Amino acid sequence: MSYLESIRIAWRTLGANRTRSFLTVLGIIIGVAAVVCMVAVGDGARSQVTEGLRTLGTNILYVSPGAAKSGGTRLAAGTGHTLTDDDAAAILREVPGIELASPMISRDAQVIAGNRNWSTTVTGNDMGYLIAREWALAAGRHFTAAELDRGAKVAIVGQVLAEKLFDDRPRLGDTFRIGTVPFTLVGVLDKKGQNAAGGSRDDVVIIPLATARSRVIGSQSDVNRQALDFIIVKHFESSDVHTVQQQIRAVLRQHHKLAADAPDDFEVYNPADVLAAEAGSARVFSILLASIASISLVVGGISIMNIMLVSVSERTREIGLRMALGARGRDIRRQFLTEAMVLSLIGGTLGVALGAVAGVLVAFYSGWPVLISPWIAVLACVVSTSVGLVFGAYPATRAARLDPMVALRYE
Amino acid sequence: MSLISAVNISKHYQVGGSLVRAVSDVSFEIETGEFVAVIGRSGSGKSTLMSLLGLLETPDSGHYRLKGLEVAKLDRNRRAALRCREIGFVFQMSSLLPRSSALENVELSLAYAGVRRAERRRRARDALDRVGLSHRLDHWPYQLSGGEQQRVAIARAIVNEPALILADEPTGAVDSRTADGIMSLFEHLNGDDRTIIVVTHAADVARRTRRIITLNDGYLIADERVGPALPSTVAAPIGRVA
Repeated sequence: MSYLESIRIAWRTLGANRTRSFLTVLGIIIGVAAVVCMVAVGDGARSQVTEGLRTLGTNILYVSPGAAKSGGTRLAAGTGHTLTDDDAAAILREVPGIELASPMISRDAQVIAGNRNWSTTVTGNDMGYLIAREWALAAGRHFTAAELDRGAKVAIVGQVLAEKLFDDRPRLGDTFRIGTVPFTLVGVLDKKGQNAAGGSRDDVVIIPLATARSRVIGSQSDVNRQALDFIIVKHFESSDVHTVQQQIRAVLRQHHKLAADAPDDFEVYNPADVLAAEAGSARVFSILLASIASISLVVGGISIMNIMLVSVSERTREIGLRMALGARGRDIRRQFLTEAMVLSLIGGTLGVALGAVAGVLVAFYSGWPVLISPWIAVLACVVSTSVGLVFGAYPATRAARLDPMVALRYE
Repeated sequence: MSLISAVNISKHYQVGGSLVRAVSDVSFEIETGEFVAVIGRSGSGKSTLMSLLGLLETPDSGHYRLKGLEVAKLDRNRRAALRCREIGFVFQMSSLLPRSSALENVELSLAYAGVRRAERRRRARDALDRVGLSHRLDHWPYQLSGGEQQRVAIARAIVNEPALILADEPTGAVDSRTADGIMSLFEHLNGDDRTIIVVTHAADVARRTRRIITLNDGYLIADERVGPALPSTVAAPIGRVA
């Protein structure tokens, strides 16, 4: 008897007991749905990290000031004023394998163009930031060296600003204000999309560092007019990121004249690690779902085994008849295995549908990105069919070993 | 060479600690084209003998040869293959698969014999035509009368062109008129030189065969060759003890 024939018979047999078949595969449905949802969430998290890395630029490290102390209380990281332009220069000069080390300061500020205004992040920088993040311009140009040196009132805006201030039709040479200071628009950035926290990376205005210090943001600290919020470091592809991290740390500790037992007054961190950590919570969810999936699949498999044993018992006479008509043990085994596999495959298919719906709901309610790929459907089919194969094996073998004469006499 | 050669075959069962001698030292030969009835009271060993002849079981002792082949030496799978090729079964109760049409039921043994679907369909249609059911091909068992169901079972038994047709109480579950029709069909098939063995406890059924083997308590107590019309005096052996 061909496999196709076996599948046809299995389909018909299962169709004769629809409710029972459905209840039997419920465990598989839940298990596969969990697998699909798990993979969808996992893939989504992975794609978010990949996309995040892509938009961050590659081989990037951030150096931020350490925590400030106030009356013996350590404040949050970055609240100190320990980083300066000199540190950026020292990193570039003394750490091998560094492509650029760019100083940055940034603040939230109100920007105004005509009768429109918008609250955004203003970043003062020497263009190294855009180069490090491989952030191209959609229109216009970078700042010139002269503009950077003299602190010219020129600005490059992100796509959000282009839309909010200029109605998506920014014209180079337009003027707008940051606070009370007028700036000339010289460039518009490409779209970068969302950051890991769900905010827009495009909601930004970039101005020369000197301009930011003198006109917009002011100095970071009265005691240290060179203080910075960040130094963005781009190292060469060939350099090992951890080595570079260690070397930056060593250079800064030396420059800051820190005693051997003193803690760092700065932090060097790899944004890729931060993104990976953010993906961690999605991974925990995936692991939780994987546990549910495993348990459900096992329970579903046991349910299939149970119902197949019932089926063998109910159809003992049919088995005897088939044997009398020439069916060999392997024909009977194949018949019952096919039934178990078809049953679990149906469960798998329904599970894929349910899992896809669950994935969409998870995405909707948690805000996590969820990616449902066609491979998940294939995986679910393979997994569910395997469950049918494993848990159908025992009942099928029992059926195949029946004594034909005993089976025929079975009432 | 005889189609069937049984020499001192015995089959015993252990039931609740006691030994039941279902068939004891039974010997006979059956030639191709014979029409044989195996009769006896309930528990006389008829069904066990049939399961032995049908290769559903093997004798505990003695020799059973089908077409000269010693059956006891064959494993389960080879016996299944031999059964598929050489033996057609007809059972008392409706033995049709409920979720298969008449045509699909008839195709079943061909499917197990590995015959291709198109060829299977053709031969199954032929077989159903021979039993007068060519108009019922796609009917489900529940749509057929008891007699029609038995005729489908007979079509299934002959579709493989087997050397031997074994019928276990084929008229046991039908009315006398239908039983008459079924026996006429067997007579007709026997006319085509098919070997048929009918296990029955009904005298009128046995009377329509040409040879009657009588069992009692597992022993063969009579083996009589009779004409097409068995005299009523000879038809009495049911339950007779030698």
